[in-house]
Amino acid sequence: MSRDRLKQLQRWAPYALTPLVVIAALPAIGLGPWVTLTVAGLTMGIMLFMVASGLTLIFGLMDVLNFAHAAFVAVGAYVAVSVLQPLAGWTNEMSLTLNLAALLVALISAAVASGALGFVFERVIIRQVYGAPLRQILITIGALTVIEQLIIVVWGPQAIPLPKPAMLRGSVFIGSSSIETYRLFALCVGLAVAAAMHLFLTRTRLGLVVRAGVEDREMIQSLGYNIRRVFIGVFMAGTALAGMGGMMWGQYQAVVSSQIGDSMTILVFIILIIGGLGSVGGCFIGAILVGLTSNYVGFLAPKMALGSNILLMALILLWQPRGLFPIAEQH
Amino acid sequence: MTDAGEALLRLEGVYTNIGRYRILHGVDFAARRGRVTMLLGRNGAGKTTTLRTIMGLWKARLGKVIFDGQSIAAKETPHIARLGIAYVPENMGIFGKLTVRENMLLATERRGFVQQHLDRVLESFPALKVKWESPAGSLSGGQKQMLAIGRAIIEQRRLLLIDEPTKGLSPAMVDQLVAALLRLKREHTTVLLVEQNFRVAEAVGDDVAVMDEGRIIHTGDMAALSTNHALQHRLLGLSMADSL
Amino acid sequence: MAGQINQAIERAAGAALTGPTTDAPLSAPRRFPRIGSWLSWIVSDDPPGRVLLNITLLVILAALLFAPFLFPGTKALGVASRICIFVILCASYDLMLGFTGIVSFAHTMFFGIGAYGVAIMLANGWVGWTGVILGAAAGAAVSLVIAAVIGLLSLRLRAIFFSMITLAVASFAQIVAEQWRDLTGGEDGLTFSAPAILKPGFRLFHDPVMGVIVNGRVITYYITFAVALVLFLIMLRIVNSPFGLVLRAIRENEFRVEAMGYRVVAYRTLVCVFSAVMASLAGALMALVLGYNGPDATLSFSLMIDILLMIVIGGMGTLYGAIVGAIVVVLAEYYLQNALGAMSGAISGMPVMSALFHPDRWLLWLGILFVLIVTFLPQGIVGRLRRRR
Repeated sequence: MSRDRLKQLQRWAPYALTPLVVIAALPAIGLGPWVTLTVAGLTMGIMLFMVASGLTLIFGLMDVLNFAHAAFVAVGAYVAVSVLQPLAGWTNEMSLTLNLAALLVALISAAVASGALGFVFERVIIRQVYGAPLRQILITIGALTVIEQLIIVVWGPQAIPLPKPAMLRGSVFIGSSSIETYRLFALCVGLAVAAAMHLFLTRTRLGLVVRAGVEDREMIQSLGYNIRRVFIGVFMAGTALAGMGGMMWGQYQAVVSSQIGDSMTILVFIILIIGGLGSVGGCFIGAILVGLTSNYVGFLAPKMALGSNILLMALILLWQPRGLFPIAEQH
Repeated sequence: MTDAGEALLRLEGVYTNIGRYRILHGVDFAARRGRVTMLLGRNGAGKTTTLRTIMGLWKARLGKVIFDGQSIAAKETPHIARLGIAYVPENMGIFGKLTVRENMLLATERRGFVQQHLDRVLESFPALKVKWESPAGSLSGGQKQMLAIGRAIIEQRRLLLIDEPTKGLSPAMVDQLVAALLRLKREHTTVLLVEQNFRVAEAVGDDVAVMDEGRIIHTGDMAALSTNHALQHRLLGLSMADSL
Repeated sequence: MAGQINQAIERAAGAALTGPTTDAPLSAPRRFPRIGSWLSWIVSDDPPGRVLLNITLLVILAALLFAPFLFPGTKALGVASRICIFVILCASYDLMLGFTGIVSFAHTMFFGIGAYGVAIMLANGWVGWTGVILGAAAGAAVSLVIAAVIGLLSLRLRAIFFSMITLAVASFAQIVAEQWRDLTGGEDGLTFSAPAILKPGFRLFHDPVMGVIVNGRVITYYITFAVALVLFLIMLRIVNSPFGLVLRAIRENEFRVEAMGYRVVAYRTLVCVFSAVMASLAGALMALVLGYNGPDATLSFSLMIDILLMIVIGGMGTLYGAIVGAIVVVLAEYYLQNALGAMSGAISGMPVMSALFHPDRWLLWLGILFVLIVTFLPQGIVGRLRRRR
């Protein structure tokens, strides 16, 4: 094969990974369950993407490793619980409009709450530790503990149910496969968010600045852009996204506990590593891969579900030590 | 520095450290308005550090950096850039994942591209038009340099800081670059140019400041230096004419 | 520009390698006058340094040495054992973090491997000391191999990646421990009987010594204490050897160190391996003390947080910090809950306040302390006390 062909193949190979996995799983699983699992995997992937995308941008843009990200997931979930309780009237009606309206309110509340907390967090905690990776890791782990404990102080140590609204319970049937309705909802929301993010990053000036800043922070500043202010915005957006992801994850599992963010953390890190730090596109592909792998393997060999993701990460790292779509050298 | 022509940029007694290491030991010189000032010197003399200090990427520990009467030594880089100073670093600072168009767009004001300005740049660097929608990372070394300089000149700037633009370029590219620099000269743009290539320095420079070990050891006219081989040898080691 | 920066950092790091000077960022080993040279040798010429610190550590040493007699009772002895074990766990972690600048989240994995080594041996019939020694050795061997692989990995990967991957590896180990019931007892763990003289029923002397019965628990404690002391002194020696100086230089600027001809990967791998083996031995001790091992006892991430807490509070890069940190945090864990319970009782009227001070929220207060220390006292207690200023 000529050098050019080889190079082209190498460039496109990372994109081919996901379709390959999807196709390979079909014979192993059988069409019926395969449809269910693929939708489940895509949904889980997209919810993970919502949580992870903020983190990868935060790291890519400012070299800040935020171990407390899980806390924002939890805050979003709990705020959603509190917001949906008085709206039980809407969620219990068999009306899709009212249900969706309630969910929209909850989603926005979760985003606002996590975003606001993110703002405070950036000012109080992150600001002190720019450029000091070790202190970042330490202080954010400490902050994570504190926030999770404070959640327990406010909402109590017991896990709290977060029921799905009436019209979104149960499943729809496509052929012989059943697909949970809530998953379709989550998929739609997730895709909408991902699309919005893509448009923002590629079509707006601010998005351009963010993408440039991820590649070379000094240069974007030398062009006159105050990247610090941009960063606060990105941080808040990241935490808001985490909050939304938390709400959907909690509602999907029907119960919310203070550990809700922690269970996602390892998967989020795996996604960041697979996708390449700083790359939103890589994060998307990584998240989908992880979601699909979890579900396929969860069906075939339940005990190995998490283990399989770690193996997937190891394999990808052997192939591309910096992840599938790494961004700047400085990372 | 010298008598006629006021200084747009002046450095006085600038000391800069990297970590606990002293690089600049009291740099004094000025760049006069509307002229091209060459900053010459051996590797490790502190030329890049000087540019970065002016740009605020590294903070001067002591001393003053005065731009058009304003002290900018303590200001943040974005602020300094907004005062009208453009910086073309040695590594060019190209955003490889962004297209050429996007790279250029970042250098424009909020309104976006002004056709006249764009035409001017594309005239000097036609290769950019061809690669307009390609990722900047796919450009050749010379083309990247064109892009970096194009970015610096697309809007009117009061001062250009350029660090070793001809490094690693083919002679043809060097000529194209020199042509662009001469054009800037005709437009009376103030430029502070770090160069290792003496031929380029001679062709383009009006004033010269020579650095060694973090200090300025000579300032004067480029013309005077270029005819005085003994002085060249003394200041720059082997005559830089050798480093063609 | 790259050349300039390198020159600058070269000169700074070069100082680290050729020996400490007044400009060097390391704390120079201090000569302690008027102490016998043998004592100097034991602490590898690196005593705590400051008077207050020396006294504190001597008091701690004495308290631990006479713990069974000073603080009678099973619970107190358990606390003291835990302190000794954590000193080793944290000091070995400090070797990587404080001295070489490596952030790894896999440390608890090695702790668990050592504990499982002993537990598996003793639970499967290898009774007595053979089982203990074989188990500890097996655990150490496995840890050695895994740490070597991880250390070599650090060449290919950037620092942040490396840390995240150690987290993933540790999670993987936890999953294996929980799922592989046949080997590890799964989530319930393994319970086993210790060698005869370590059993509570065993008595070394018929009559109580200073009011305390010297039984198997006391003996277990003294073994733990002795091993911990020896391991700590060994680590002190390593840190003050030429090897240790290279580690410190790597933390400051590894490129320079590589340029000077030292293979950084080799040093990194060695320190990872060494640290892992120490952690593994600490794990073996833990298993002996508990008579049990399970994922929650040695592999949980909260243990990792504890280690970080201890090192930050005590002081990174000082080894002695591990001692101070271990004491503060272990005592806090045990007794903070009591203190909180008392406070909570006193203000039971106000709902949010009493929830804030509920004994189960001890982690909240420890977390706040942790954040405050990272912010205001990043060098930790020992680091602060040791500073020249």
